[in-house]
Amino acid sequence: MEFGPHFLLATLEGALTAAVLALTAVGLSVVFGIMRVVNVAHGEFFMLGAVIAWFVSTTVGIHPAVGFLLALVVAPVMVGFLAIVADQLVLRRLDYDPERTIVATIGLLYCIQQVTLMTFGPDARPVIPPFNQRIALPWFELGEQGFQVTWPWGFGVTTYKLAVIMFAVIILVGLWRFLARSKFGLIMRATQLDREMALAFGIPIERVYAIVFGLGAGLAALGAVLIVPIRQAHYLMGGEPLLLSFIVVIIGGLGSIPGTIMAAILIGLSDGIISVFFSPTLAKIIATLLVAFVLVYRPQGLFGRRLP
Amino acid sequence: MKKDSTKLLSGVSRRLALKSIGALGGAAAFSSIPGFTGMVHGQTDEPFRLGFQVHRTGIGAAYGRWYERTTNAAVARINSQGGIDGRPIEIIAEDDGTDPKRGAEVVEKFATQHNCDAAFGTLFSHVVIGSAPRAGELKLPYLVVSEGHHVASGILNRYTLQPCITDVKSQVQAMAPYVHDNLGKKVTMIYPDFAFGHDHRDYFSEAFARRGGTILEQIAIPPAETAFTRYFPKIPRDTEVLYHVMVGPAVLTFVKELGEFFGGSGPALFGFIDSLEAVDINSPGLEFLDGSYFWEGMPRYQQQGMLAYDAEYRDAVGVDANGASVSDARDVSTYAHMFGCWETLHFIRDIVSRAQGSSNMKQAMIEAAESVTDITESIEHPQGNKLFNGKTHQVFGHQYITRVNGGRLDAVHTTSIEDTFYPDEVDYTQQEF
Repeated sequence: MEFGPHFLLATLEGALTAAVLALTAVGLSVVFGIMRVVNVAHGEFFMLGAVIAWFVSTTVGIHPAVGFLLALVVAPVMVGFLAIVADQLVLRRLDYDPERTIVATIGLLYCIQQVTLMTFGPDARPVIPPFNQRIALPWFELGEQGFQVTWPWGFGVTTYKLAVIMFAVIILVGLWRFLARSKFGLIMRATQLDREMALAFGIPIERVYAIVFGLGAGLAALGAVLIVPIRQAHYLMGGEPLLLSFIVVIIGGLGSIPGTIMAAILIGLSDGIISVFFSPTLAKIIATLLVAFVLVYRPQGLFGRRLP
Repeated sequence: MKKDSTKLLSGVSRRLALKSIGALGGAAAFSSIPGFTGMVHGQTDEPFRLGFQVHRTGIGAAYGRWYERTTNAAVARINSQGGIDGRPIEIIAEDDGTDPKRGAEVVEKFATQHNCDAAFGTLFSHVVIGSAPRAGELKLPYLVVSEGHHVASGILNRYTLQPCITDVKSQVQAMAPYVHDNLGKKVTMIYPDFAFGHDHRDYFSEAFARRGGTILEQIAIPPAETAFTRYFPKIPRDTEVLYHVMVGPAVLTFVKELGEFFGGSGPALFGFIDSLEAVDINSPGLEFLDGSYFWEGMPRYQQQGMLAYDAEYRDAVGVDANGASVSDARDVSTYAHMFGCWETLHFIRDIVSRAQGSSNMKQAMIEAAESVTDITESIEHPQGNKLFNGKTHQVFGHQYITRVNGGRLDAVHTTSIEDTFYPDEVDYTQQEF
């Protein structure tokens, strides 16, 4: 494939990765920023989102689009609710102690994964996308006969992939407005800045924590629902988004939402481009190497602020 | 100490043995000398304990599910016919998680905890390669249903056999002439990046070049990969045939993204059915496969007048004429591979029956297997006639090429057994037990 179309295709693939990654990583980042909890089970909430999407879309047998749209609402809500239950049953009882919650969420990871294996089973299951047309993309060349339009082989994108990218952007903008403008956003930011002071002002910290944990898990589930018509639901699918989310959150700065989004775009696009031109393994190597450099030279992340 | 005594016994010549039997004059001595098998039958009705290493979880789960169903059906049949000379077969199934490390542990469990007489069943080549050395050390006959070239290549040991499914080297070698003569001369290969895929890469390229064709590009994909579009731009523009073989839970995604990438244009497709095992070829998004070709170990869709025992075998394992479960048409089987379990179990019945009564059953089983040559098409071996090579511990048989035609796979070519032959690379019979 010629360089131009090849590069554009790589960018499109990268944008898709970035879109889903941004949603998932923002979930992880919000939880860390506000609760100071490193949620190792985040990838499993992602997986649960995909599995519930499969369940909803196959149970509601009217039309694939109806099932999928329903899943888009039901899966994040259910996963969010489950996370709230986990928060109340486990994290709250550990007093949100940073070290103990890491171990607790590792336990949660295995519980969710094994229960899914025992119920959903070990197979990958497809979800039918609500719409999916292939758009062949044109390429413009300045040839001997002047300006020409060509249709390179393999150069195309599907409508569903474009829709995922747009939908993720809408959700992220909405989330940003919610955090910046709403009253609950203000409460969340207040809790993040100074937990003790927020408590002194009568903010019910524990309830805020529960909702934040639910929101973080719900965002991961939403990312999964969007990607599942492309990638299928499988009980082991949580590993990669977890790793990538950690990479993104560390590079962007733990707890910084703009930083997380920027880092998701950076990692998503470079993953797409490096994967296409070189190899997916090299893309992962470079991303994890970048994490190492960030941790050594700028431990607060590219956009994070040093804690006082 | 134990090893020395085994060595001594296996070194007994026929003449010496006959003399010593004459001297002892007892049938008891008869049964204690290995090699004198098949003489003292049925003196035990203890079950024959067979360890079944099964991919219940991990990337091989779809195969595991069907390997287990086929195995249970075969064992039910054998036991209803009186087992092995009166000994019922008892299956001890253990999940290996499609993981080589776990595979070796499972083999060890069979030998030391479950006291199994033999082990069988594994498909994924990295699990076989990880487990076989342990089976050899524990002197446990290990019969695999894997397709990899690992057995015949000589890297394993005398206790490992692949008696009822052909290996990749012979399969691809038989495919190369057909692809070259009917589909195109310039091939790009896509394969999973582990032992099984490397067999495809090495032996297909070799056989295709021998025929005069060119391999333009070889694209390796990690077996646990979930996104594939980013690999496809590496396919060179002048590719005439795209040769694809993929495994793992994401095979449907792989084939779908292949279709989306080409969007109706693109090269001819030749795939190993592994890319679509346990997947309905009529799934949404796979319409582009119409007219493309597949290798199959045994045709998924029932073919008119081709395999005499196919219908009876389908009934026994609960598979309909389209290769799906009779109880759920969406549950598509791994039909092109799972016959290997059915046939291996019947093979085990035969060799155990011949080894019965020997003082060293495990060794006698291997010796009985090594003396097998022809395997005749029958309900025990519904995939077709085969030829077993006792030296390389590998079987050779017919291969099938099918073409997607209006939502089903129709057979277009059957290779001869001779098409799959290659020179021996090992003689396991020269290795000590």
